[in-house]
Amino acid sequence: MPKKIRVLIAKPGLDGHDRGAKVVARALRDAGMEVIYTGLRQSPEDIVEAAIQEDVDAVGLSCLSGAHMTLFPEVVRLLKKRKAADIVVAGGGIIPEDDIPKLRKAGIQAVFGPGTPLADIVRFFRTAAKGA
Amino acid sequence: MAEAEDRKELEARLKRWESTTLKEALAANPERREEFVTTSSRPVKRLYTPLDLEGKGYADRLGHPGEFPFTRGIHPTMYRGRLWTMRMFAGYGSAEDTNKRFKYLIAHGETGLSTAFDMPTLYGYDTDDPEAKGEFGTCGVAVSSLEDMQVLFDGIDVSKVSTSMTINGPASVLWAMYLAMAEAKGVRWSSLRGTIQNDILKEYQAQKEWIFPPEPSMRLVVDTFEFGSKRVPQWNTISISGYHIREAGATAAQELAFTLANGMEYVRWGIDRGLRVDEFAPRLSFFFNVHNDFFEEIAKFRAARRIWAREMRDTFGARDPRSWLLRTHAQTAGVSLTAQQPEMNIVRTTIQALAAVLGGTQSLHTNSYDEAYQVPHEKAVRIALRTQQIIAHESGAANTVDPMGGSYFLEALTDELEEEAYRYFDRIQEFGGIIPAIRKGFFQQEIANSAYRYQKEIEDRERTIVGVNDFVVDEQPEVEPLRVQEASFRAQLERLKRIRRERDSKRHARALDRLRKACEGDENTMPFLVDAVKAQATLGEICDVMREVFGVWEEPLLY
Repeated sequence: MPKKIRVLIAKPGLDGHDRGAKVVARALRDAGMEVIYTGLRQSPEDIVEAAIQEDVDAVGLSCLSGAHMTLFPEVVRLLKKRKAADIVVAGGGIIPEDDIPKLRKAGIQAVFGPGTPLADIVRFFRTAAKGA
Repeated sequence: MAEAEDRKELEARLKRWESTTLKEALAANPERREEFVTTSSRPVKRLYTPLDLEGKGYADRLGHPGEFPFTRGIHPTMYRGRLWTMRMFAGYGSAEDTNKRFKYLIAHGETGLSTAFDMPTLYGYDTDDPEAKGEFGTCGVAVSSLEDMQVLFDGIDVSKVSTSMTINGPASVLWAMYLAMAEAKGVRWSSLRGTIQNDILKEYQAQKEWIFPPEPSMRLVVDTFEFGSKRVPQWNTISISGYHIREAGATAAQELAFTLANGMEYVRWGIDRGLRVDEFAPRLSFFFNVHNDFFEEIAKFRAARRIWAREMRDTFGARDPRSWLLRTHAQTAGVSLTAQQPEMNIVRTTIQALAAVLGGTQSLHTNSYDEAYQVPHEKAVRIALRTQQIIAHESGAANTVDPMGGSYFLEALTDELEEEAYRYFDRIQEFGGIIPAIRKGFFQQEIANSAYRYQKEIEDRERTIVGVNDFVVDEQPEVEPLRVQEASFRAQLERLKRIRRERDSKRHARALDRLRKACEGDENTMPFLVDAVKAQATLGEICDVMREVFGVWEEPLLY
């Protein structure tokens, strides 16, 4: 049996909006992946630690509070620092259009805004994990 | 009996219609789908008739407006007397930034203020706390000190305007700041009107901006009931909120049921404190979401009033009719806004706002079309406010009381929602009440299940969302950006530093020490909070004391 794709769904910062993160976690699980959900109020350090401990292929970050420009790149930076840059990072939330190229440049491989079909997110993680 | 004969006659006619007129029509033109459902997946019948309301008397079920059970509205004249309060939720950046937005909204005709706080403030952290990194002013205003509160309401006459504050975990601290701010302006507390959200139960269930565990949090809430009823009698010390429950994914019936069940839990805690129900119940207020499904939403407001009136009178023994009234604020559904073709959100918001008005709300916020991207910019907010003004002054919806009352469909929906709410009340009871059910993740799981089902329906195209899964265009949306200024952040850090440097450190330490003792004991914490904020203790410092005494909540993990 092929190894299951492992994904960490994480809520960085103080944002309490967890509807999207939970729906995505469930969609990935229904698509046959192993999903670990961090719960709320995780620091970038907590998230990176969990990603390494859980040996995940990818991390999905969700933030709707507007703090994504600080928190998302920090996760990527810390993963590099911990020599875990092979873990793919994607993000989603209430994110202004102008921020998307900046996040991509900072190493967030995909940014999913409101209305993104779940199928697109599943496809992204499947492809990303194969590449990893 | 004439009624029974009428009913038989109606039944016979309906059967005849089904077997002739309808049958022929269906044979020629089948319906668009096999089953029609509401936004909450509630099945909707083809046709509603007086048969759906059989045995349910007008007087008992509806009553006249301003009379028990208030299904048709809490005031006899509703909007013919006074329009609802147009209250736009606003807040971003520093107190200065938001003060400007408040004045802009007042200048454009809004009639009440509503404050959105940023994430650190919601969690009881100061702007300079390491936990607050990157979150300053992004989704609300940062208020860390009494001085911030004073800047926020600078030049605004708080003896005239009513102010709502969306704050929960540290609600009593922010309220203490508001009271101290008013006092410094020379405004008597007895003349202050407004609302603190202060609904901690729905934080554990849905909004997730909790600090302390449920029991000490409930004690703080009851402290505000007790203090408010004596010292700030026109203030709504709680806004029992379904809004966030719905936004997190609940159906209309779950929103209705969980909100009212929470409301009853607050009443129980108030009574357990030794308060008479009529002492505090008239200051309990509500806050509901208003989503896309026009009729279901109207029905929800009507069912809520009827259930609340009955429970307050018959279960809790309230004698003062003001205790029976479910007074509510409403907000259009943020979650219904789309990032795709964002201008269409103006249309969605209009339909939702009209439903809130037809549902008989006392106060309304309309969302701005750009909110799937950011905190709204000025013009988007103005359009949202104008939407309410058009409904109020042009649509005619405000000219008569409960214009939808008597619609077979609406009355049947109202009854159905009511029945479903009571089924949930029983289930909550089986868990041993609200707090045990929270600890077991009951509400959280129910809400997550509904959210996932809704998303799957969109995914499978069982549900059409215009511009998202149908009627799609390939275009770059035009949204004017709104950014929190770095200068606001630096000024806020400076102000905090100055406050800490210049305050009377002995008075500050003494106030915090007395607060700690009050938290450890069973005195009402409100007077100590007012003293602490006057002694220039910051929000974070005060909440740190409380965190030390009360501990912090950790939620059950599930998805």
